[in-house]
Amino acid sequence: MEKYLILNTLNYPILSMLLIVPVVGAIIAMFLRGDTLQKYWSLAVTLITALISVPLWTCFDKSTAKYQFVELRRWFPDLNLDYVVGVDGISMLLVLLTTFVMPLCVLCSWNYIKIRIKEFMVVMLLMEAAMIGVFISMNTVLFYIFWEGMLVPMYLIIAIWGGDRKDYASIKFFLYTFAGSIFLLVSIIALYINTGTFFIPELMAHTYSFSFQMWVFIACALGFAIKMPMFPFHTWLPAAHVQAPTAGSVILASILLKMGGYGFLRFCLPITPAATYYCVPILLVMSLISIIVGGYLALGQTDIKKLIAYSSVGHMGFVTLGIFLLNTGGIKGAMLQMINHGVTTGALFILIGLIYERTHSREISDNSKLGMIMPIYVTFLGIFSLSSLAFPGTNSFVGEFLVLFGAFEKYPLVGALAIPGAILAAAYMLRLLQKMVWDDSDGHAHHGDDSRSIADCNAREFVQLAFLTVFVFWIGLHPTPLLDVMDTSVAHLISQVEAGSVIPEVVRTGEHHALLHDAGVWIKSIVSF
Amino acid sequence: MLNTVFLPEMALMFMVLVMFFMTLGNLRTGVIQGVTLAMSAVVLVVAFASYGANGLLFYDAYQVDMLSQLFKIIILSGLFLIYALGRGLVGIEPKLHAEYNMFLGISALGLVFLSSSVELLAILLSLEISSYALYVVIPFRQGQGRMSAEACIKYIMFGAIATGLTLYGMGYIFGLAHTTYLNELAVVIPSLVATQPLGVIAMVLVLICFLYKLAMFPMHFWTPDVYQGAANETTSIIATLPKVGAVLLLLRLVAVAGADITQYTWVLATFAVMSMTFGNLTALVQTDLKRLLAYSSIAHAGYVMLGIMTADLLGMAAAVFYIIGYLLMNLGCFYVIYNVAPEGQNVTFDDLKGLSRRSPLLAMTLLVAAFGMAGIPPTIGFVGKFVVFTGAINKGFYALVIIGVINAAIAMFYYLKMARAAYCGADDEKDPILMPIGSKALGVFFILAIILIGVLPQEFMAAAKEAVALLL
Repeated sequence: MEKYLILNTLNYPILSMLLIVPVVGAIIAMFLRGDTLQKYWSLAVTLITALISVPLWTCFDKSTAKYQFVELRRWFPDLNLDYVVGVDGISMLLVLLTTFVMPLCVLCSWNYIKIRIKEFMVVMLLMEAAMIGVFISMNTVLFYIFWEGMLVPMYLIIAIWGGDRKDYASIKFFLYTFAGSIFLLVSIIALYINTGTFFIPELMAHTYSFSFQMWVFIACALGFAIKMPMFPFHTWLPAAHVQAPTAGSVILASILLKMGGYGFLRFCLPITPAATYYCVPILLVMSLISIIVGGYLALGQTDIKKLIAYSSVGHMGFVTLGIFLLNTGGIKGAMLQMINHGVTTGALFILIGLIYERTHSREISDNSKLGMIMPIYVTFLGIFSLSSLAFPGTNSFVGEFLVLFGAFEKYPLVGALAIPGAILAAAYMLRLLQKMVWDDSDGHAHHGDDSRSIADCNAREFVQLAFLTVFVFWIGLHPTPLLDVMDTSVAHLISQVEAGSVIPEVVRTGEHHALLHDAGVWIKSIVSF
Repeated sequence: MLNTVFLPEMALMFMVLVMFFMTLGNLRTGVIQGVTLAMSAVVLVVAFASYGANGLLFYDAYQVDMLSQLFKIIILSGLFLIYALGRGLVGIEPKLHAEYNMFLGISALGLVFLSSSVELLAILLSLEISSYALYVVIPFRQGQGRMSAEACIKYIMFGAIATGLTLYGMGYIFGLAHTTYLNELAVVIPSLVATQPLGVIAMVLVLICFLYKLAMFPMHFWTPDVYQGAANETTSIIATLPKVGAVLLLLRLVAVAGADITQYTWVLATFAVMSMTFGNLTALVQTDLKRLLAYSSIAHAGYVMLGIMTADLLGMAAAVFYIIGYLLMNLGCFYVIYNVAPEGQNVTFDDLKGLSRRSPLLAMTLLVAAFGMAGIPPTIGFVGKFVVFTGAINKGFYALVIIGVINAAIAMFYYLKMARAAYCGADDEKDPILMPIGSKALGVFFILAIILIGVLPQEFMAAAKEAVALLL
């Protein structure tokens, strides 16, 4: 087991602390009284968690693809199940994204959440622990525990603090993702029975028969595609996004959607490489459809939140496109695109929540002509809109460029088909920006007849947005540090996929209909009784 | 010798005797409950003390071993929790409180005997002791004359039919094998089941009584009406303790039939699939919480069967673990039902609305128990499902596991409904629910037990494995 990992050399268990601090914070929060105290306490806990996570970046060893900061403890020896957590170049960035977005989520709920503040903060902190857990688990069962456990707080966030149709949206969210990921459990157990281990790097090292790989791939990919969400499975997303409170939307967009991509990178590609190769055409087509359909649907929305939700479908299409190109540019671009989407779309949802607190409407028409009244707000709106449509100089440009670069390198046609998606993004974002900032305004503030008195951003809101703006330009202008961090891990991943895909190449034609064959045997065995 | 191995039974019998004398006096409910609770705690301690004892009694018909002692501990813990959660016995006729507790004790006594019985007649006898005590307590419900009478009649009728069928099966087995001792049957039955259709029929018929107790297809029809008609306290015992006993006997009987009997496995697999699917689909539309739990228990029986029918170490240990989790989570739900209904009435989803304001603890308990039964990590329910599925896939039952997980997804909907009812809605503010400190502690206990055993299952699983290893 040790050949895959580097044990934690810091003098404290950094990853376990990332899990424990929010949970302990949540338990203490249950006993605190007073809403203001609750808010400050949660902010403090999330900030401390963010601070604890900083050494992951500073002490990270970029030269190795092994898992780092690993902690290993016996847990359930009967099933050879250990508590083992660690990060590599792929998961480390997502952990940091989580820990840094969470304080913003607390801040953007400061005035938005009016009822049951204590419960809200407790649920948010538990959510943070579960999300970090997903990214640091190196054990399939641990991964599944956090993956499913996360649904409960997210469900509560939507179901209790959501909008008018919260019942519908929360149940749809829960059932959709639960039904998708329950098959993940079957494949986790099937892998265990096959290999005798739950430890992910060892699962990657095994080779499996092609038909077994196909079953595992389908079971996993279904769960991840729903979480992502990819085209035919995306319908839960707009409902959940629109009904969730601001913090819920930010968590959904910034972190939850990334778990699908992370799952593909961690499970599907390295564990079932041959099946991945086999399914690449289907998944590329689904990604392209996601990009075009997401953008096209976003074009027609009048609800700002829905518009951003559909734009997420399109952006995540770029991520899956990058992942299934299976080359360096594609996967690196996809990783970067995930981080970018977390920053940019998170910020856009904060902006929407901010205006909703003031006008109590999410319709574009009710929130138009803000340019003269809210100069700071529209500045941020402009920056993040441009970032969302991948304007050069902003973060998303780098990610999309890398993905498209990878696409043209491998399948020029795919790249060409993805271009309209980028154009659509410009169309709907610029339309949104135009309506919200200018519309038919003549460029003067009419304090007389325009009776709306909408306050501009206050210091708290300014800090949140300014913090994210830093990342927009940092990644946009100087993405090298991030790309360097994931370099070794991505190269290792690609070598794993290529190594795994070589052997079954011969078998592939013979086992072409292995799936059908398997199903046939089952049906026969059932019928014969 | 007799004393050490027979100590839990002696203690329990002594407790029943004391309660019998209490029925003669005219005591207040508080006193009755206090004495009962204290005595059942002592019995539980004694059961723990006798864990690890070994011995054969009564012409080898009564076997004390790790398995039987583990199940005695489970049953007596359940009994203690049931006494504790029904603290005021509000759903029971006031003048029958002492009798009520006595009959619950007798029922548990029957189940404790059952856990050690390894001979067909001893099994039947213990089972009937336990059943008759429960037949008696169902009509003790206060103020619901017709409904509880109907529940009682249904329970008795189905129970009688099930017992009859089981006896019929035992007759076949005795005719085929010329013995009634399980350890001797284990030698001859596997070959009989493999060669003679009559062997399969006999072994299935013997199971009927335990399928009835477990509320499993095809003997599940009584469940919803009895759950609904019996008092909340009574339902909490019907839903848990007899099922624990039934699981043990199913384990013993399936182990007797041997591991590699295809026809037998197919019969059990059909029962399991039908039970899961029927239970879950019907539960979707229920509004009465107890009825919903009835259908959900039918579904859970299917999952337990999935573990039992593997007939190997991992799967059977998984079934034992699963039933421990089932007991805790179900009692957690009944704890909430009991406290939401101060007059002992049935609880519907409308009654649950706004529960999180009226009593955050009850809402939290219901949330944890519901998500536990749905199998969401990190709860005991998740680990239970996980080990059961692992055992089943280990045996190659892929199709059954896939049906099982699809069912888990369906079941999620009604468990979510429970959680949603507790945390959402309620425009009209009802009064907060006040509970004494002991009752609150019980709620905290349920929450912690469901989560902590889910996080640290090792000890329980190891105990379960050690116990079922004796069967194989």
